[in-house]
Amino acid sequence: MGQSVQEMIAQSKGKKNKQFIEKIIPVILFLIASVSVLTTIGIVLTLVFETVTFFTRVPITDFLFGTTWMPFSNKEQLFGIWPLIAGTLKVTMIAIVVAVPIGISAAIYLSEYASETVRRIVKPVLEVLAGIPTIVYGFFALTFVTPLLQSFFPEIKIFNAISPGIVVGIMIIPMIASLSEDAMSSVPKSIRDGALAMGSTRFEVAWKIIVPAAISGIIASVVLAISRAIGETMIVSLAAGSTPRFDGDFTGSIQTMTAYIVQVSKGDAGYGTTIYYSIYAVGFTLFLFTMAMNLLAGYVSKRFREEY
Amino acid sequence: MKYIEQEIVLKKMNVRNLINSLFKGIFLMAVVITLLALLILLYRIGSQGYTHLSMDFLTNFASRFPAQAGIKAALVGSLWLMAIVAPTSLILGVGSAIYLEEYAKKNKITDFIRVNISNLAGVPSIVFGLLGLTIFVRALSLGTSILAAGFTMSLLILPVIIVASQEAIRSVPGELRDASYGMGATKWQTILKIILPAAIPGILTGAILALSRAIGETAPLIVIGVPIIIQFLPSGVMDTFTALPMQIYDWSSRPQQEFQAVAAAGIIVLMAVLLFMNSIAVLIRNKYHKRY
Repeated sequence: MGQSVQEMIAQSKGKKNKQFIEKIIPVILFLIASVSVLTTIGIVLTLVFETVTFFTRVPITDFLFGTTWMPFSNKEQLFGIWPLIAGTLKVTMIAIVVAVPIGISAAIYLSEYASETVRRIVKPVLEVLAGIPTIVYGFFALTFVTPLLQSFFPEIKIFNAISPGIVVGIMIIPMIASLSEDAMSSVPKSIRDGALAMGSTRFEVAWKIIVPAAISGIIASVVLAISRAIGETMIVSLAAGSTPRFDGDFTGSIQTMTAYIVQVSKGDAGYGTTIYYSIYAVGFTLFLFTMAMNLLAGYVSKRFREEY
Repeated sequence: MKYIEQEIVLKKMNVRNLINSLFKGIFLMAVVITLLALLILLYRIGSQGYTHLSMDFLTNFASRFPAQAGIKAALVGSLWLMAIVAPTSLILGVGSAIYLEEYAKKNKITDFIRVNISNLAGVPSIVFGLLGLTIFVRALSLGTSILAAGFTMSLLILPVIIVASQEAIRSVPGELRDASYGMGATKWQTILKIILPAAIPGILTGAILALSRAIGETAPLIVIGVPIIIQFLPSGVMDTFTALPMQIYDWSSRPQQEFQAVAAAGIIVLMAVLLFMNSIAVLIRNKYHKRY
């Protein structure tokens, strides 16, 4: 040994290498962390540039106010976005009607009624449901739910809005259930016990105390689920069809924004054609819809949060 | 003492208890419906697909004839894809998490990065496909290669890995860090030798779950232009390829009834891969789960 502590400190300070590493590492890590920001910038720039190219060929007013989407027409191509938005909203609406009551009810049961054992079984099952690839749900919609619906309502076509809507609903149940359950479980136990001690039933505690206290989290979970439903692609590509239409019919073939992008990508619309650029305009619209929903969810959960 | 009308209270109490039981039943029903949906889905796919499942299915290439259709190219393609996605997304994800948890100062830039990550997580996967098509396939002229698809998928699951890694790093107790500094270690030494080893189980669990999402994603691959019928195996990252969900998508969308069984068999293979990965995640979580 024969080295004093001071000598060792002096020696280690002398190592230029080490000091260099300590200085360079944060810079490298910062660059890595900025990849996520670059990704967002890349997405926005890509969508904006290609959409602008699209609007040099198709007037923006036609896109925003037109109610006919006929890109593959031989005579006159028409690019009015509304039929695709209508298709997306139809599927989303059905999904919400299915998922919100079931998701929130399941969350209340898990948070307020279920024993620890039940929770330990059900929560992983929800994770499994959330982890199933959407292509699997799409297959399920096409080969099981649609035929099942047809056996009750013969007027439903093989491609329709109802079956994919229901299945998208099943897909987002876990999201609503687990996010809402998190919000309800984070309501302090003392409040719950207080209400029970006053003689409330479990239901009264859940309905009059817990749900109002957790409402910001519950609404945020629903809004996020809507965003997921709007962006869902494979279920609607497989089961909803490819007929853009601006009407109130749910039983026949429709087309959503996402399904249109898939339809064009699968086909051989060459690079540089108007149809090629149209998928960016549709993608941009889709992006704005989901972004608005995500920001709304963030706003709701911040603005209306009950602090304890 | 007539302040409390016992009969009325009793009646009201009965009604309230009845409402309570009624709603308990309704809420329980919601849970049961969810579980049933999962069971039916698994049963349907299992019963449709098992007839077509065989060794030949795993070793045959895709075919026009349902009986000979196999999943070899797609299975190998998905493995190639993971060989790109796993290292890329892990390096980017863990690096970002270390920066945010250990180095980032509390300022506007850091806030912006955080908000950006949570917003990025909400962008639909198909939009990532458009990004990949423009940047990787066209601008960097990688074509519809494994590399282009791998980079696109890495960016798609990046937010998930960052958030999981942040949580894992945050759960490493401060005492370990203090002890390391107390022994004279530098910041990077502490991160590399103390914090990362303690956080690795959490990071891996999150990463595997994120990777299993990437394996099942279809939409970005379609937009990038990944082909379906491939009769050869890729020999490098610049080769074109196909993947499990692409193959399943193709089979599902064919009109012939026979292909439905093939698609279901493909789904069984995909789900088996996912199950395998998830069990590894659970194993890691249980084996290394330390509560400090």
